[in-house]
Amino acid sequence: MTENLTVSKLRARFPEAITSVTEFRDEITVSVKREAIVPVCQFLRDDPDLAYSFLVDLTSVDYLEYPQKEARFAVVYLLHSYKNNERIRLKVWVEENDAVVPTVTGVWSGANWLEREVYDMMGITFAGHPDMRRILLTEDWVDHPQRKDFPVFGKQDPVVRIKGFEENFDK
Amino acid sequence: MGLEDRLPEGIALTTVSQAVSWARENSLFPLLFGLACCAIEMMATFASRYDLGRFGAEVYRASPRQADLMIVSGRVSRKMAPIVRQLYEQMADPKWVISMGDCASCGGIFNNYTIVQGVDKIIPVDVYVPGCPPRPEALIQGIMKVQEKIMKEGIKGTNK
Repeated sequence: MTENLTVSKLRARFPEAITSVTEFRDEITVSVKREAIVPVCQFLRDDPDLAYSFLVDLTSVDYLEYPQKEARFAVVYLLHSYKNNERIRLKVWVEENDAVVPTVTGVWSGANWLEREVYDMMGITFAGHPDMRRILLTEDWVDHPQRKDFPVFGKQDPVVRIKGFEENFDK
Repeated sequence: MGLEDRLPEGIALTTVSQAVSWARENSLFPLLFGLACCAIEMMATFASRYDLGRFGAEVYRASPRQADLMIVSGRVSRKMAPIVRQLYEQMADPKWVISMGDCASCGGIFNNYTIVQGVDKIIPVDVYVPGCPPRPEALIQGIMKVQEKIMKEGIKGTNK
């Protein structure tokens, strides 16, 4: 089996940064060390043979009780190359007590809101992000609801209090 | 009997309260806002087939200042709650509220952290219309219940 061009190029260029490569039904997933994610993305985008110019999605997974995990969270980058009509998936694994990943907004500016969503729902912060605020939930929200250990009724006060309106109809 | 017998033809007697309530109930101005799929049924209700104009409530106002009936048509998220409350406060008295559908009434199937479990936790509700979503006939009955309530409470009862 010949190795995929993208994977062989990545291995040659970043021998230290690639921790694992898995292939499942022709989908390639590359686990990348956290420190190397920005140069890896830059390389995949700028290399003329690969040209992964399009960041399809940037999301995250909570592998709380999953057996084959490398850390608790994975930030997932889905890239597409219009030139070769190929896709690749990058994963950066981070632990809960150190959930910080360098931002890729410098590579694809469209990552801005996607990283904000990951921060909002999963609580992973992105170092160097220009505007690291919540994007979907309100500013005063407690904790991050897409984490697997988040209770279904939330951690906030069950009584809905509305700022500026003192009278409360919740009996 | 009594006074009515002596009235000339074409004159009827009533109380101010009854006359005002009668005018109010037959020209309800609902607030034009929809929160979810119930809003589709609400739109069908005031469109040609179900024709809410038969009950005097077909003119939906886009400004809360001009509306006196709020139809909460759909789930209220915690993020939306302050806005719904503000719209309610901006409506001039007298005003009434219909909680349309299961989600607005009690959270419905969204029994979770992000949906307010019943809009009556943030604003006072006059009539609850069950259903998921309620058919236009059900909403029309809800509006008729509001009309009954308007008639019953008179002008004194509306100063909330």
